[in-house]
Amino acid sequence: MDQKTTNTTPGTAVGKPSVREAAAEAPAAAARLIVSSSPHFMADESIPKIMHTVVAALMPAAAASIYFFGWRALLLIVFCIASCLATEYAFQRIRRQPVKIHDGSAVITGMLLAMTLPAGFPLFGAFLGSFFAIGVGKQLFGGLGYNIFNPALLGRAFLMATYPVLTTTWVEPRTVEKAVDAVTAATPIGLWKFEGNMDFNLLDMFLGNTAGSLGETSALAIIIGGLYLRYKGYINWKLPLGYLGTIAAVSAVFWLVNPARYPDPLFHLFAGGAMLGAWFMVTDMVTSPTTSLGQWIFVIAAGVMAVVIRIFGGLPEGVMYSILFMNAFVPLLNKHTRPRVFGMVKSGKG
Amino acid sequence: MQQDKSLLYEFKKGLWQDIPPFRLLLGLCPALAVSNSAINGLSMGLATLFVLFTSNIVVSLIRRTISAKVRIPAYVVVIATLVTVTDIFLAAVFPAISKALGPYIPLIVANCIILGRAEAFAQKNALLPTAMDTLGIGIGFTMSLTLMGTIREVLGFGSVFGMQLLGSWFEPWIVMILPAGAFLVLGGLVALVSWISSRKAARARAAETAAS
Repeated sequence: MDQKTTNTTPGTAVGKPSVREAAAEAPAAAARLIVSSSPHFMADESIPKIMHTVVAALMPAAAASIYFFGWRALLLIVFCIASCLATEYAFQRIRRQPVKIHDGSAVITGMLLAMTLPAGFPLFGAFLGSFFAIGVGKQLFGGLGYNIFNPALLGRAFLMATYPVLTTTWVEPRTVEKAVDAVTAATPIGLWKFEGNMDFNLLDMFLGNTAGSLGETSALAIIIGGLYLRYKGYINWKLPLGYLGTIAAVSAVFWLVNPARYPDPLFHLFAGGAMLGAWFMVTDMVTSPTTSLGQWIFVIAAGVMAVVIRIFGGLPEGVMYSILFMNAFVPLLNKHTRPRVFGMVKSGKG
Repeated sequence: MQQDKSLLYEFKKGLWQDIPPFRLLLGLCPALAVSNSAINGLSMGLATLFVLFTSNIVVSLIRRTISAKVRIPAYVVVIATLVTVTDIFLAAVFPAISKALGPYIPLIVANCIILGRAEAFAQKNALLPTAMDTLGIGIGFTMSLTLMGTIREVLGFGSVFGMQLLGSWFEPWIVMILPAGAFLVLGGLVALVSWISSRKAARARAAETAAS
């Protein structure tokens, strides 16, 4: 039975006698025989791999933002990523945890946060938002996988409350290079909300040639990235399409009732952060429900809320708050929509 | 329970070991609501200190004459009387502060620190320990509220006690004046105080094991 000692996997230590006998009969094979508990088939996935794919999926949107807003957009993206990584590193060192900044999750948070900011946003504010997103939004909850709210959205919500003017000072696209001072402008959704302006160019909004945050301008670039994620199988089609579908359906009702007052569903889909939220924030693996029914409730409630805030709320944009609000319900949804275990009797109470 | 029950201990425990609201987590409502500037925090703390000190002395004095069954209503009557005195005094002498604190002065009646000290300490202890206990807790509460108010005022307005501290380069954090800022500052301070306390306790344990 000497061969058994060469095998150090924990599975063999508690292995059945028959396994040991088999190992004793075939010493050559015993050295490589690994008996472990399930799962036996490992998916070829890891956190860094998924995260780096998401970063790649954000590249079209980042490129579009640099095209429309110039190098200031690139600077903002890089700075947010660096701030998020620095915050993550600092928190993990202080809490004496293994430093895992290489897993890419902080990079995504930084990129997404930058995508929600206007191109002219001051760097100190960007650092503050990154610090809040990673420090309060993620590390205080226990790190990756434990956060209740989407960290990037929480960072933006904090910045919205901290610097309400700076976070809504948008610049006209393609003006950063031309003028010394970028020309400030309202977003299409802001123009509609506060000035009743219904004269918008849907093609410009689709391509991204409008004022807005880095990632809220070009719907096309975000859809390309989202479809890439879908192709890789990292996002569930239900989440983005359910969210966008609900936004379209609810806004269509208003539009059909009064087309002079309410813009059409396509406007709601291409304006503001709807695309970015639908493809990259609703689909966040940590902060979205795991059950099918829960996901439907999550996206439909968030979609209704986004349109309701846009039409009736005091703010022009409701995507951020709709997702954050529904994030809070995810544990509840997961608990109460758990499917019945096969073979178990359905009980009266969950 | 500590062996040392001296008057100094009763006073000192309110300043760190049982400091409200960070350690006791009582009196959170005024701590969140009126800590938006240093002066508001300080005046709210002092008003609470006055009511706490005087009402608990009365409670301690009448503790043997009040039937246990009606003690809570009796305490509330005592507290309410003293709160009314404070409210009218502030409105007459410091109308600006009275206006800034608004309904939170009458709401001192419902401050759980005061009823909590009456129930947990004053009704069981003589006059002098009660006085020291409430002074310590009251001063601790005043310091806490002033600290919260200072942090929120510096970040939210760039000033301390109305004096401009930070220059025009500073972009005020509007969130700090909003209720959300109160929760953020309170949470941060509770965490900080707990962290320092746990480190102190760990060091004390280490010193004990090293000595033995």
